[in-house]
Amino acid sequence: MSRIDFDIAHLLAGTLVLISFLELYQDRLYALLNVYAAHAFVLAASVAWQAFVQDAPHLYVTAAIALVFKAIVIPVTLHRIIVRLGIHREIEKVVGVGTAMLAGMSLVALSMVVMLRVTHGADPLAREDLAFALSVVLLGLLMMVTRRNAVSQVVGFMSLENGLVLAATGAKGMPLVVEISVAFSILIALIVIGIFLFRIRERFDTVDVQALDRYRGERR
Amino acid sequence: MTIDALTGVLVIPAIAAALLAVLPGYRITARINVVATGLTLLCALSLFFRRPEPGIYLLVDDLNATFIVLTTFVGFTTSIFSGSYIGHELEIGRLTPPFVRFYHAMYQVLMFAMNLALIANNIGLIWVAIEMATLTTVLMVGIYRTHEALEAAWKYFILGSVGIALALFGTILVYMAARPVVGEGIDAMVWTILVKHADAFDPALLDVAFVFLLLGYGTKVGLAPLHAWLPDAHAEGPTPISAVLSGLLLNVALYALLRFKMLLAVNTGALAPGPLMVTLGLISLVFAAFMLYCRRDIKRMFAYSSIEHMGIITFAFGMGGPLANFAGLLHMTMHSLTKSAIFFAVGHVAQVKGTQRIADMGGLTETHPMLGWSLVVGVVAIAGLPPLGIFMSEFLVVSSTFARAPLLALVLVFGILVGLAALFLRLNSIAFGEPRGPVGKTNASYVPMFAHLALVLGAGIYLPPALVTWFQNVAGLLG
Repeated sequence: MSRIDFDIAHLLAGTLVLISFLELYQDRLYALLNVYAAHAFVLAASVAWQAFVQDAPHLYVTAAIALVFKAIVIPVTLHRIIVRLGIHREIEKVVGVGTAMLAGMSLVALSMVVMLRVTHGADPLAREDLAFALSVVLLGLLMMVTRRNAVSQVVGFMSLENGLVLAATGAKGMPLVVEISVAFSILIALIVIGIFLFRIRERFDTVDVQALDRYRGERR
Repeated sequence: MTIDALTGVLVIPAIAAALLAVLPGYRITARINVVATGLTLLCALSLFFRRPEPGIYLLVDDLNATFIVLTTFVGFTTSIFSGSYIGHELEIGRLTPPFVRFYHAMYQVLMFAMNLALIANNIGLIWVAIEMATLTTVLMVGIYRTHEALEAAWKYFILGSVGIALALFGTILVYMAARPVVGEGIDAMVWTILVKHADAFDPALLDVAFVFLLLGYGTKVGLAPLHAWLPDAHAEGPTPISAVLSGLLLNVALYALLRFKMLLAVNTGALAPGPLMVTLGLISLVFAAFMLYCRRDIKRMFAYSSIEHMGIITFAFGMGGPLANFAGLLHMTMHSLTKSAIFFAVGHVAQVKGTQRIADMGGLTETHPMLGWSLVVGVVAIAGLPPLGIFMSEFLVVSSTFARAPLLALVLVFGILVGLAALFLRLNSIAFGEPRGPVGKTNASYVPMFAHLALVLGAGIYLPPALVTWFQNVAGLLG
């Protein structure tokens, strides 16, 4: 592999980590969605570059899914859901920006230490890709635990999943990558539908009142 | 591809799911559901006698044959129970005919996904199948469309998704470890090929992979720090689904974990997966045993009891060795049978009483002797008292642990006793004393419940030598 191929792959994966940090401190849902769209766009570029470098045409399918589905369809849909539900100002963070950023930095350091140490046998491209991918996964998890709002939790999950796709495409010649990215897209589509149903019911009180009377949980 | 028993366990549920999705009418669909699961069970049983050669996607060996037969058997009996349960739900209007159609189709899809996960020879395929099983159960947990059911489904969805995401990362790492040795492409994901070459894999990479797989699939097993979805999903979904979740899906996730444990066992440089599993198992056991005390919802209580028992099983497999593995396998089988029998009883009880609150039930042995006493036998069994099967398997787990790690065995016994006391405390108020709540007649199907309890009792008194040899053989495979 030539030097420039490696550098570009590195640049794209690094950008993905950087955008994960951007997501971490967004405090408006619209802005968060825009940043997520950028995240998915960079992922698409990164996957396409891997497809080109590895000469693996099937990866272009994964790149296309990332571009069309994750960078365009999902953000637009979520945008509309937010408008419908009127929750664009709702941002409930559990911890402040500073703490979240510090936690994020230590997670990135952790994943570098872990992955670079255990993968010294692997080829350099896959190695660094994996370290970046783990950082993106951990930052996605961090975002899921620091937000209380369902939409931003889902955005956290989606960026976590972008990290997984990055790892899967970085592992040269891995089979089933396309199938797995399709399976994940179905999962995400269902989650988005889920939010819609769930929040609509909560907000407009279309829940059957009798059902509430029969509440059988233990918290109240 | 020729039609054999192996494709049968996949094709029958798939066809049944398609049929049930379009057919109207509750009576006929409930019967088709029973017939399809029955046929699947027959196919699974035939795997004991004739089995195809492992391919790159599917594999049958002694280990998963055991799991498949258990899964299809409990799937079959649950479908019989589900017939009368769903009939009652239709009558009182909690479910409408379109939802029943959806429910039956999803039931078959779930059977398909679990069978696929069990016979897959490809670590990617196992992952896809477990994701599919998760999604179908999420849809079924939310089927009542109440606020609580949707919330439970949402919680299960998010936690389950994070779990399977972590498991996928672990799977990718296993592929990365295998690639330099096995070569690129599909071969590096085929389990039988992996296990042959695992000795040459990079141990450090396998270690990290296993940690991710343990956290990922461990979420689906319901191990303690990752269990939060489990009680909600059990309490708010339809009871047949609680029975299948507790009795089967948790086992399927554990099975995936065991396959990876076997990979690591081959590699001498990798960390021993045992201590990790032992720790998580003990935490789950003790935690769940204490949580049993403050339960007010009957299905939630038995959900915590499932966490407790999955803890014991994970602990036993973590200890490893022929005796502990044997005990783990036996305990898993007994727990599946007993817990689904309990959920059958609980389902009918909750329908009679119109509630799941323990405070609103009482004196069941007086008002509904058949249900009440079955529940008593089930709880006695699950608490681990002789002469029932769980006593024997728990005894084996404890005694094999005492021989090797007495301190761990103390914790184990402590957890089991705490759980036992909690279960009897609750059982006393449910089954005996003044009758409370409605005492209407019930249209219950007793056959599945009695069949399970009879099997558990039979196994506790006399375990056929053929079965013992079989389990010993499988325990040897697990290493």
